[in-house]
Amino acid sequence: MPAFSPDAVRASAPPDLDRRIAAAERAAAAAFPSAEEEVWRYSRIGELDLSAFTPGRAITTVDAPDGVHVVQGAELGDRADDADAVDLFHELNRAFMDAVVVSVPRGRAIEQPVVITHRLDAAGVAVFPRLIIDAAEDSEITVVEQFVSPDGLVALCVPRLEVDVAAAGRLKYLGVNMLGSSTWHLAHQQAFGARDSNTLLATVALGGDYARVRTEARVTGQGASTRQIALYYADANQMHDFRTLQDHAAPKTHSDLLFKGAVQDHAKSVYTGLIKIRHDAKGSQAFQTNRNLTLSSGAWAESVPNLDIETNDVKCSHASTVGPIDEEQRFYLESRGIPPEIAERLVVLGFFDEVLEQLPVGPLAAQLRELVSAKLQRKSS
Amino acid sequence: MSTLQITDLRASVAGKQILHGVNLTISSGEVHVVMGPNGAGKSTLSAVVMGKPGYEVLGGSVTLDGVDMLALPAWQRAQAGLHLVMQYPSEVPGVSLDHVMEQALIARGRSTDGLDELLEAEAARIGFAPELLHRALNVDLSGGEKKRNETLQLAVLQPRIAILDELDSGLDIDALRDCARRVEALTNDDGPQGQRLGALVITHYNRLLEALRADVIHILVKGRIVATGGPELADQLERDGYAAYAIADEPEASAPGSLDDLFAI
Repeated sequence: MPAFSPDAVRASAPPDLDRRIAAAERAAAAAFPSAEEEVWRYSRIGELDLSAFTPGRAITTVDAPDGVHVVQGAELGDRADDADAVDLFHELNRAFMDAVVVSVPRGRAIEQPVVITHRLDAAGVAVFPRLIIDAAEDSEITVVEQFVSPDGLVALCVPRLEVDVAAAGRLKYLGVNMLGSSTWHLAHQQAFGARDSNTLLATVALGGDYARVRTEARVTGQGASTRQIALYYADANQMHDFRTLQDHAAPKTHSDLLFKGAVQDHAKSVYTGLIKIRHDAKGSQAFQTNRNLTLSSGAWAESVPNLDIETNDVKCSHASTVGPIDEEQRFYLESRGIPPEIAERLVVLGFFDEVLEQLPVGPLAAQLRELVSAKLQRKSS
Repeated sequence: MSTLQITDLRASVAGKQILHGVNLTISSGEVHVVMGPNGAGKSTLSAVVMGKPGYEVLGGSVTLDGVDMLALPAWQRAQAGLHLVMQYPSEVPGVSLDHVMEQALIARGRSTDGLDELLEAEAARIGFAPELLHRALNVDLSGGEKKRNETLQLAVLQPRIAILDELDSGLDIDALRDCARRVEALTNDDGPQGQRLGALVITHYNRLLEALRADVIHILVKGRIVATGGPELADQLERDGYAAYAIADEPEASAPGSLDDLFAI
């Protein structure tokens, strides 16, 4: 019985069995992705050998404040099949997922964040967390989702995030990748924002071997706005890969994106972003900024911004940079008597500060600053 | 008593020689002013003495109290007691002024006790808005605020010898007076390190010298000191310009000028 087959689904007897079996059948028929396809360009997907893994479960904890409705292991029915970016990993997630549904009722504003942590602890395991967030009309909620595994643990983490923000709802999501150096991460996020809603999708990626986040924010109602931010920092032989979409499907919508990353040693990063302004999204504004620091000569970063605009009367801009630390900044600090390694640390932390200060969870920023510092100290000279 | 000794200093930028043998000796408590036309090598002089990357020393020496500065990287020159007040201080996003001062003192093995109070006091003394102490270095600061910031750092770090590269450029009259007075006081009063500041002041204009009393004026033309005298030399320059010193061929005089601007700090 192959590990990811329909029979494997039957054997585990989860909720939603028929739909899972159907998804596993589609997965079995789906072609394995290839870096030849545009959506996987620059990726390391060719190195992935699924037969080295067996489906399993992460240890998932959910810490939710009062007023938030949380269901784990629910039957999702049709809605989990309702996605427009379907690929092998989507089907595998449908077949083997562990679902958490977080919802906040109409008009409720919850100040404390919901914190969800997925821990991977078994070698060779492939896990498929699915997080669904429903923010009802005029509600407000913050959700933090952390992915953790020990260094050296060979495992595969394939999470999906589905976000629905109803009219005038406010959602802040932060995904934190603190996976170990041998764990793969293939994440896919989709958010839909209705009229006058406000959605923040934040990502911090420090861990993983090859770690990919595909993050798509679509505004479907007039006046809706989304903001996508990320901090990523790869060292040793890590690779971080981002695919972003800012999709405007309604008039007078607004999107903003700020992704800042660093690579050192022999690490790599790729940012590929698309702003899509659909025909009926007149009067919209979309901004996209991607900045990358290359901290070692053997490190590599690529930035590919794209625009697809189907209407006039829009305001769009994109900017991207890849390069080493600014020599003028470094000299300025060193001329104050600050040794080179400390000057570099200050400049790198300063570079990330713009993202850190926008993260939805303040206290976490201090901890992340420490992790960035520690990573910089590990840089091989 | 400290002494910065610059002897027969020759240096080039991008393969073009700018300094052709500069000699200067500055001791604690003294204010030496280097004046000169565009392209004379003034900014190159300050950059080479401080150790900015991108400049090649072709010969000569720079010592502070006998220690060879040219053998040290910039941060060690700073720790030895040299300081550069920059003409165009860099913006460093996300790095606050108070944090940099803290790190700079720690790197020197000095105490940071009372640093916040010291920063507040120095800010008040030169009219630097105290909330800017906690903001990113030079980001979104006006020209005047940047120079007040530079002057504040000088007062906090208390170096032995400071090079002030066109402190007066882009300054309104109030900011100029505040900054110049602070530097003047540092050269007159014994600091916590037990001595007065020695200053090498690089400028185009006399107006800085209204609040900062010069002991010696040097005129730098085409990479050489061509005249040295008392404060009266600045008055004479104000009256007659550099015509008496500038050698005839103007195009060549302006060529290094553009380079100088390009690589100016």
